[in-house]
Amino acid sequence: MLSPVTDPDGAPFWHYAAQGELRVQSCADCGEPRFPPRPCCPHCQSFACEWRQLGGHGRIWSYVVPHPPLLPDYAEQAPYNVVVVELTDAPRIRLVGNLVTAPDAPLNSLSPDRIRIGARVQAVFSGTGLPQWVLERP
Amino acid sequence: MAGLKDATAVVGIGQTAFAKHLPEDEKTLACRAVLAALDDAGIAPGEVDALASYTMEETDEVELAKAVGLGDLTFFSKVGYGGGGSCATVAHLAAAIATGQATVGVAWRSRKRGSGPRPWRDTTAQLPTPAQWTRPYGLLRPVDEIAMLARRYMHEYGATRDHLFNVALACRNRANQNPAAVMYERPLTREMYMTSRWISEPLCLFDNCLETDGALACVIVSRERARDCRHTPVYVHSAAQGLPAQHHGMVNYWNDDPLTGPAWTAARHLWKHADFTPQDVDVAQIYDAFTALIPLSLEGYGFCGRGEGGAFTEGGALEIGGALPLNTGGGGLSEAYVHGFNLINEGVKQLRGTSTAQVPGAATCLVTAGEGVPTSALLLRS
Repeated sequence: MLSPVTDPDGAPFWHYAAQGELRVQSCADCGEPRFPPRPCCPHCQSFACEWRQLGGHGRIWSYVVPHPPLLPDYAEQAPYNVVVVELTDAPRIRLVGNLVTAPDAPLNSLSPDRIRIGARVQAVFSGTGLPQWVLERP
Repeated sequence: MAGLKDATAVVGIGQTAFAKHLPEDEKTLACRAVLAALDDAGIAPGEVDALASYTMEETDEVELAKAVGLGDLTFFSKVGYGGGGSCATVAHLAAAIATGQATVGVAWRSRKRGSGPRPWRDTTAQLPTPAQWTRPYGLLRPVDEIAMLARRYMHEYGATRDHLFNVALACRNRANQNPAAVMYERPLTREMYMTSRWISEPLCLFDNCLETDGALACVIVSRERARDCRHTPVYVHSAAQGLPAQHHGMVNYWNDDPLTGPAWTAARHLWKHADFTPQDVDVAQIYDAFTALIPLSLEGYGFCGRGEGGAFTEGGALEIGGALPLNTGGGGLSEAYVHGFNLINEGVKQLRGTSTAQVPGAATCLVTAGEGVPTSALLLRS
């Protein structure tokens, strides 16, 4: 499986995720959250930022179900789902992830026909610190 | 200041064969396409003083120029973002020639995407941004990234797989008229489409472009010079690049309105500088790495309103005789996928009246580069 190849802007996200916290970069001056992280605020150009903790609630904005050809680790689990989740407390922050039955469950643990756009989901964290998503009402 | 409008013209086009596998390497194919385009224009290689290509092009200017015997070059540029750069190669040359930085420009693309590696398979050269936010979850390929937007588009606007099939079918029907097309002898039916294997749901095999080896090139000169060339000049009427504010490339999931993209930005500039409107376009060559890009582009370039791109494809609108004949050589879906350069050359053929699926009396053509990445577009006229 591919691990996040991170950079100075993204590193804090993964640092917090490893501790089981979902945090997004926000401007320390105007307060606007931004994703993906970047050096300065596109709204007010401030370089001051903070990492705001979010509740981890969201809704499925869209999803795909990839089939081979894929990289070998992924092909083994295909077809699996990849979702984009719109966060309840930061609607323009949409995170790519997998909808699974439980933390660390395989990418294909939830049948694709259980997935609906608009479904409420909750963030959980894998053992490697990767945010994942479970249905609020399984 | 004199503008770009009709100041330059495409006077030569060239291409190699298209196939899943061609034995020659990319550099050799590039040389063949460039020499074919110059021969078509009736211009000697030594007269070329400008080049433009894509950042993903493997053959650089030094290699190409010394191999085919170009003259002293005073302008050369490369455009980024894969297939988003196709039309910009012509646009850059047009700007250079219109402003006196060069006199004869050649744009080209040579690619062995048919027999060569698939870029998404590279796990060592991941771009840190945005790959860290997508690839670990198995969103690995361009088709996965675009399918995410396609699903949302279908959900929001009620577009259907039949709409995407209309796109695939129009391209295939035109390829069936084009002996140079990879899919020349391979008709497509609705049943084939609906029962084909998934690649990334909701996109199936036939929603994806071909994987092709091949090369193409074209020659651009001033309108004055164009009058002396071998063929009817095809004028660069308007040209634009497009990178919208807060755009994120193919994973455009992080702004207010992910279902608008670079097409809208390019279109605003394109039409602002044009003497005609979308309703006056006789034929369109719209970048089709995936069928789902067509409804988005139809909206972006102003052929219909927001959310109407799917419905626009109904009733044979994209076929010859329809409201907007599309990708008349077969496009990336059914002629060849060479990062959209075949769409440029097909636009030129239409306005010369020499397409294998000629739109009667075609005098205006829109050509677009990849939507969903920083893009570019051209309005051509005869």
